[in-house]
Amino acid sequence: MFTKFFFTLKDASVPVTLREYLTLIEALKAGCAEYSVNDFYYLARATLVKDEKNLDKFDQVFGHCFNGIEFISDAAEVEIPEEWLKKLAELSLTDEEKAQVEAMGGWEKLMETLQERLKEQEKRHQGGNKWIGTAGKSPFGAYGYNPEGVRIGQKESRHRKAVKVWDKREYKNLDDSVELGTRNIKVAMKRLRQFAREGAAEELDLDDTIRSTARNAGFLDLKMRPERHNTVKVLILFDIGGSMDDHIKACEELFSAARTEFKHLEFYYFHNCVYEKLWKENSRRHTSFMPTWDVLHTYPADYKLILVGDATMSPYEIAYPGGSVEHWNEEAGQVWMERMLNIYHKAVWLNPVPEKYWDYTPSVQMIKQLMTDRMYPLTIGGLESAMKELSR
Amino acid sequence: MKFKGTDTYVATEDLMIAVNAAMTLERPLLIKGEPGTGKTVLAQEVAKALGKKFIEWNIKSTTKAQQGLYEYDAVSRLRDSQLGDDKVHDISNYIRPGKMWEAFTADESPILLIDEIDKADIEFPNDLLQELDRMEFFVYETQQTIKAKHRPLVIITSNNEKELPDAFLRRCFFHYISFPDTETMEKIVDVHHPDAKRELVRDALKVFFDVRETPGLKKKPSTSELLDWLKLLMSEDLPEDVLRSKDPGKLIPPLHGALLKNEQDVHLFERLAFLSRREQR
Repeated sequence: MFTKFFFTLKDASVPVTLREYLTLIEALKAGCAEYSVNDFYYLARATLVKDEKNLDKFDQVFGHCFNGIEFISDAAEVEIPEEWLKKLAELSLTDEEKAQVEAMGGWEKLMETLQERLKEQEKRHQGGNKWIGTAGKSPFGAYGYNPEGVRIGQKESRHRKAVKVWDKREYKNLDDSVELGTRNIKVAMKRLRQFAREGAAEELDLDDTIRSTARNAGFLDLKMRPERHNTVKVLILFDIGGSMDDHIKACEELFSAARTEFKHLEFYYFHNCVYEKLWKENSRRHTSFMPTWDVLHTYPADYKLILVGDATMSPYEIAYPGGSVEHWNEEAGQVWMERMLNIYHKAVWLNPVPEKYWDYTPSVQMIKQLMTDRMYPLTIGGLESAMKELSR
Repeated sequence: MKFKGTDTYVATEDLMIAVNAAMTLERPLLIKGEPGTGKTVLAQEVAKALGKKFIEWNIKSTTKAQQGLYEYDAVSRLRDSQLGDDKVHDISNYIRPGKMWEAFTADESPILLIDEIDKADIEFPNDLLQELDRMEFFVYETQQTIKAKHRPLVIITSNNEKELPDAFLRRCFFHYISFPDTETMEKIVDVHHPDAKRELVRDALKVFFDVRETPGLKKKPSTSELLDWLKLLMSEDLPEDVLRSKDPGKLIPPLHGALLKNEQDVHLFERLAFLSRREQR
């Protein structure tokens, strides 16, 4: 009956299985959706989607497959409160980005284009297409003000009943790979957990107590054992300053999430590439630093190494001695990277720059090669793959 | 019998469909959503609306799946055996039924709430697969099978701290409680504070949604926090226009402690409020 819909969902990588499809059919037979498209939509959503990050994909597929089944007479008209947009966007733009906006012809021009684009999309939208910014192609995404924050269309359409429920795409900001909150990071990092019993014996080991009591001819023989703890050890190195300034927020979130998640967490900063010095406090980087050799000697090989950086620099900074922009380095960054990787076999590089731009920067390619392809974007999806790699 | 919300709980249309589908097909219903959007309350309200018994199983990080079925109290049996108590001969004296046992043996189909399933160990949901699916389990010590007389409606809540296994998810209906829009929120407030002054509620909601829109908040205030805040506002009996005040001296809403729960957020909000007021002039 809805086989096409089912397979389209599968193609859109919403994880649906036959069992769930059968449940849907069963529920329809039992009369859970009383022949209204809205009810059917809700029912299908409750049966087929099991994670809020897939809700948005589901809405899109639903709109695509069932477009034209139920027309709503007065078509939605979306207004953008211009003042509000402007204020919000200005709030989140850096000076550099503001300059770019100016180059586009200033705010007025940009807003005009935005209006036009929105109208155009509204037309295509009824054909089952998307809002601004989802594919990342719109210039409004590129300027870095978050389409989620602005929520063009969605915000307004909520109060207008004419918009079809699934076309509202309320769950857009739950889609993975876009938003990276501390909580999401923690969830991803949970993958790294390794439980082991270590330390003082404080917990009653019931099985062992019973066994040894029986062996003791019935006289109580209490056995204790240590509690389970997460024993994973992590060494995180953050790139700081320069081109990384744009990504400070993402890195902060990653850091605060990592901090509470791991018992053994050590962190150091570096600039652009790892050289002979690492430091813990960025303000006193020239006076109090730790020689990289000491770091390598302090933390044993069972630490997992996570490097966070945009890997965007001049290729000389990686390949040649003296290539560093900050100081004279005796040995090339490449040498130091190899040294680290020789000790820490479990290592990944997290890159806050979106993956699609990696190919345009030679240094990213070089680092990626040094890491033997273990470079992941700093998104939920990327983080998850990185953690999987680390826990292999 | 269908669930349609109660006089103290506003259920959206999609939530009703999910609850009713889960009830009709006797499958578990998994509820997720931002903290404070009424996940736990839902189960209580469903029980109230349908006049069913309500059984609550709160999950902690140390909870084991077995504890929901039954526990064998070996230590007290051991003690009894050493004291020569007669009870010791019947092993069933030492079987302590858990919440699921209780739900399965209830005389009419109850509502079983498994609250915050993500708090438990990662294997926890897997250990309950069979029990939730077939609604029966085997007690090894007494060689008896406990089978549900009437399949209970199982409502499971999760805060997304851990991912749940696919096999488990496949057996559930799923509903994500999204944050209510202004209209739904007015209904919710109305249900909880029917005696509140209209203007106060409208102004408070405006302030509340403004606070939520603030970019970069660490923790956005939720429905339950709004309700608390309103209660405070009402009990303080503030002057009518205090929420509309444009006085730069009162930049942040009164009693904001109920809405913003950490000092960075308060600080951020103060700064933004200051900026926007400056623009207005």
